Amino acid sequence: MKNLNGYYGQWGGAFIPEVLHETFRQLKDFYDKARQDPAFWQEYADLMATYSCRPTPLTAADNLSRHFGGARIFIKREDLNHTGAHKANNVMGQGLLVKRMGKGRVIAETGAGQHGVATATMAAKFGFKCTIYMGEEDVMRQRPNVFWMEKLGAEVIPVTTGSKTLKDAINAAFRDWVTNMDNTHYCLGTACGPHPFPEMVAWFQSIIGLEAREQIERQFGKPPARVYACVGGGSNALGIFQGFLDLPAVELVGVEAGGEGLESGRHAARLASRDGSPGVAQGYKTMFLQDDDGQMRTTHSVAAGLDYVGVSPILTDLWEQGRVRFASATDSEVMAALELTMLNEGIIPALESSHAFVQAFKEAGDMSPDEAVIINMSGRGDKDIFTIANAFKDPSWQQFIINKGKEYEAER
Amino acid sequence: MKLSDEIAQAAADKDILLMTHIVLGYPSFETNKEVIAQMVANGVDLIEMQIPFSEPMADGPVIIKANQDSLLDGTRLNDCLNFARQMTETHAIPFLFMTYYNILFKYGIESFCRRALETGIRGFIVPDLPPEEGADYLKYTRQYGLAPIQIFAPTSTPERMRFLAEAGGGFIYCVARRGVTGTQTTFDEEFNNYIAQCRASTDMPLAVGFGISNRDDVQSLVGKADIAVIGSETIRLVDRQGAAAVGPFIAGLR
Ligand SMILES: Cc1ncc(COP(=O)(O)O)c(C=O)c1O
Repeated sequence: MKNLNGYYGQWGGAFIPEVLHETFRQLKDFYDKARQDPAFWQEYADLMATYSCRPTPLTAADNLSRHFGGARIFIKREDLNHTGAHKANNVMGQGLLVKRMGKGRVIAETGAGQHGVATATMAAKFGFKCTIYMGEEDVMRQRPNVFWMEKLGAEVIPVTTGSKTLKDAINAAFRDWVTNMDNTHYCLGTACGPHPFPEMVAWFQSIIGLEAREQIERQFGKPPARVYACVGGGSNALGIFQGFLDLPAVELVGVEAGGEGLESGRHAARLASRDGSPGVAQGYKTMFLQDDDGQMRTTHSVAAGLDYVGVSPILTDLWEQGRVRFASATDSEVMAALELTMLNEGIIPALESSHAFVQAFKEAGDMSPDEAVIINMSGRGDKDIFTIANAFKDPSWQQFIINKGKEYEAER
Repeated sequence: MKLSDEIAQAAADKDILLMTHIVLGYPSFETNKEVIAQMVANGVDLIEMQIPFSEPMADGPVIIKANQDSLLDGTRLNDCLNFARQMTETHAIPFLFMTYYNILFKYGIESFCRRALETGIRGFIVPDLPPEEGADYLKYTRQYGLAPIQIFAPTSTPERMRFLAEAGGGFIYCVARRGVTGTQTTFDEEFNNYIAQCRASTDMPLAVGFGISNRDDVQSLVGKADIAVIGSETIRLVDRQGAAAVGPFIAGLR
């Protein structure tokens, strides 16, 4: 994933306001130097081994494999990263770069809150000031993450413009950056945005694929037949896919948010539906969910981290080339897959990650036992307790919240 | 006549020219019409009409809200183009489109340029399109005689300014400071050095915008810039006092 002018086929680029031109020139400079410096990657890998939990395990999900009676199912455990998701990989990498750049403040957008928590954690560790922009709707959905970000010393600013979700948080972060670029780095959370972000984020996330390739060959004796990953902006998917891109026989499957179903229009499937079209927004060219005038549509998903109008230009190129196949999973399919995984394996995937499980479950039964599939479990689901408990309409949880509310009310 | 020549001519008998900004469809096309009439009657020299976009990345709160409300009210691109045609037919001053690149990209760049020309528009300001990404845009604006107005920022190096000027047409839009539209700018030593650098980098007229909101601001640009750009302030004024307040406000700026 290395490209000089930031284009992948016809996708990508850097559509940035002039005021950021110098900032991007500097960022590209530092990034290019870091990329050519083996000591930088070593420092990164050491940090991830001692501060996070790398290498994360590859778990053989034998109960699920038996349940479906087809392919051997393996799960790449990004949930075991510090802060509970793959987001930490990118964030710690960018943090090391910020140290090299000598900046003292980081800002980030967040959807699910996972990237925000990871950034706040990195900022606390490295001693940076930190501001997180989060759509007001996501603040409501992901309250526990807001709590942690604040406790970790970050300022969380709810974004009330536009659809009040991830894309609006990205706009808000850019507006901060154009004001404070001298001492501030924008730690973008996914493989989207202007060059060099897609390439840089994909590079940090490639650690997932490097490990998974080695692990599957050791544990299964050969590469998998298929690899599944959920796709919000595309960073966890690119992370694991990069371990297998050079093996044409390995089928790579990206799973987008089908929301209430593709025909309902309430989804976030930019590539798996027919609703996406080429556009330029948020600094890059990709397939967007937009209307005929080029106005971005509102998207929907039970998983805040997948609820986004655009997708990594690198993935759009791989999709156009036919190298990555795209599918979508609906909100209700996601809940069912999550339940099955909890009950059979004692593992709680994030709602985002559960999308990848859905597609693997649809296909595993038709495959042969001497084939393996890897599901990239991008994060853990216990952070989603409010959303998940709500989606399961769990009565005892509801009662607990009601009681807690009364208790707080009485204390006031 | 070329836009840059027309501006130079107009500048010959005025201390400084005024360019104002409106967001199309906010609060309504009816109000836009009245505001523009007031602006023109009180001597505004150029008007940039912003076609609303759902992701106005370089704008501040006042203009973001105007973009958003206009779209919520159902403003479509075609409404903007039709309205623009009415304005260029009614008023003799040059009108420009300001918008984000996706609006042009989605319509088709050549088709958009052709349509803008038919509409009587003289040029475009597209803040998220650097020349490096704008080969087609630069080609078709040239072909259709539209000015691809380029932007200088305080962070632009002298070398970069010359590169931008090379690609540009009409005039140069100098962003007065870092940040987004709508907050105050201070005209200090650093600002003066910046404007001197802008001047040294191009023969084109210089417009200065971002945070220009009153007579003092405009006066402090006399002798430095050719055009003062009033952006968010008239939107605020219309929000608070209605379209009728725009005329006296404009009249009081010079
Ligand atoms: C657990 C988890 N998985 C996936 C995503 C989607 O992002 P990406 O597609 O960049 O991996 C998010 C985003 O917030 C997330 O928190």
